[in-house]
Amino acid sequence: MRSERLKAAILPMSLLIILEAWARSVDIHSDALAPPSAVVLALFQAFGDGSILAATRDTLASAFAGLVVGGAIGLFFGIALGIFQPLDRLMEVTIESLRPIPSIALLPIALIALGFGYRMEIVIVAFACVWPILILSRAAVRSIEPRLIEVSRALRLSPSDRVRKIIIPAALPRIFLAFRLAAGIALIVAVTVEIAINPIGLGAGIMIAQQALRPDLMLAYLLWIGLIGYALNAGLLAAQQHLFGPAALAGEVR
Amino acid sequence: MNWALTLWRLASFAVAAGLIALWQLIANLKLVSPVFLPGPDRAWAALMRGFSNGTLLDKTIGTLEHMFYGWLVASVVGIALGAMIGSSRAMRSYVAPSLEFLRPLPVSAIIPVAIALFGLTQGMALFVIAFGAIWPMLLATVHGFGAVEPRLYEVARSLHMSRLAVIFKIALPSASPDIISGMRLSLTVSLILAVVCEILAGLDGLGHWVLLSARAFRSADLFAGVILLGVIGYVTALAMSMIEQRLLRWRTSGH
Repeated sequence: MRSERLKAAILPMSLLIILEAWARSVDIHSDALAPPSAVVLALFQAFGDGSILAATRDTLASAFAGLVVGGAIGLFFGIALGIFQPLDRLMEVTIESLRPIPSIALLPIALIALGFGYRMEIVIVAFACVWPILILSRAAVRSIEPRLIEVSRALRLSPSDRVRKIIIPAALPRIFLAFRLAAGIALIVAVTVEIAINPIGLGAGIMIAQQALRPDLMLAYLLWIGLIGYALNAGLLAAQQHLFGPAALAGEVR
Repeated sequence: MNWALTLWRLASFAVAAGLIALWQLIANLKLVSPVFLPGPDRAWAALMRGFSNGTLLDKTIGTLEHMFYGWLVASVVGIALGAMIGSSRAMRSYVAPSLEFLRPLPVSAIIPVAIALFGLTQGMALFVIAFGAIWPMLLATVHGFGAVEPRLYEVARSLHMSRLAVIFKIALPSASPDIISGMRLSLTVSLILAVVCEILAGLDGLGHWVLLSARAFRSADLFAGVILLGVIGYVTALAMSMIEQRLLRWRTSGH
């Protein structure tokens, strides 16, 4: 186990050392590259003056708000369509024609309707998050053991009780999996919107660093965005395994 | 049974048509300002106008080109690199963890770096799209090669097959479902990145078109562009799943 970790670390470590040595030996003046030590220094400076923390807050707040809004919409429709098959068949053409629209194409519409800022970013993130959650929660509801539904009928549970007490608990592991995937998408879309046009958050920060010809700061932002993406993914994966154990893997295989 | 299916499909189209009629109603009653929301009639007219004078066709082709070239480069490089890494146990344990670490990186964050390297050019777009689209295929290939039934490798060893022959005759076919689903995912990624690059660098394509339309408050043109992007997303996904069915037919027929 330990030697595996060591093997995994060799490649990035040696790359960093080579880059550092090369950058120092030729004393580069590049707009795109900087020695790793300068990048780390720039990252600490950005932490020191708080700019990167404010940007992180903006990005994560919009990504999270979009995830909550899009997730709620997706979950509602996913469960409804999973329970009522006829409704699902009726909505098929509508859903299949809206789903392939790339979320980022909504950017100009959101821009003229809402202007710059949190709201337009949240709308775009929400649109992107609706689909994976809708599709996966619909599939999760459909794959519920039919006998559980029979039990709920035999107990004469009301429809709202049936959803709260039987359907959501039974589908929860796979719904959580859907949320984990959607959280990754939310972060990606939020950063993309910021890079493309919205002047807030980490995406705007990295663009400003590029335009200011500060490759060290730009790469520091890149490193930080990568770390956030990795931490988000690893954290949610750990939560999934901790909460649901092997049940969580049921949906992963497909 | 078939009749019932057709009927449901028709009903489903009717629902979609009803929603479009509702959209028309909202636009006609001006519940939402027409500056933001053109009716479907105006969007359709803009679509027809754009195609009859050729501008929209040019933009569509531009976007398709960006996305396709980037995707093609990513496919070739991704599968080749993946085969190289996946076919050797040593490479897998040294390189694969670094790839897994890079995977959750929001790929659009590479755009500023690409702009600094290449400027606001086609080359920048190609690099960004290829970089973004490579991950699903690369990781799928590495994973697919790792998951090959070990007995097949034993057979190859006893037949004294060369490493290339093992890759082409055993590993690639058995990893192909993974690889193809990676390619489909990459297609979506490359469409999104193509739009973002066009918006940022002003390259000729639908992304640039929708942004210009939005800046000029020509909402009908804007919606026409968004509809076309949806059509591109739909058609490319459809084409990919048809290719997938064709390429993987041998799997279902075999057992």
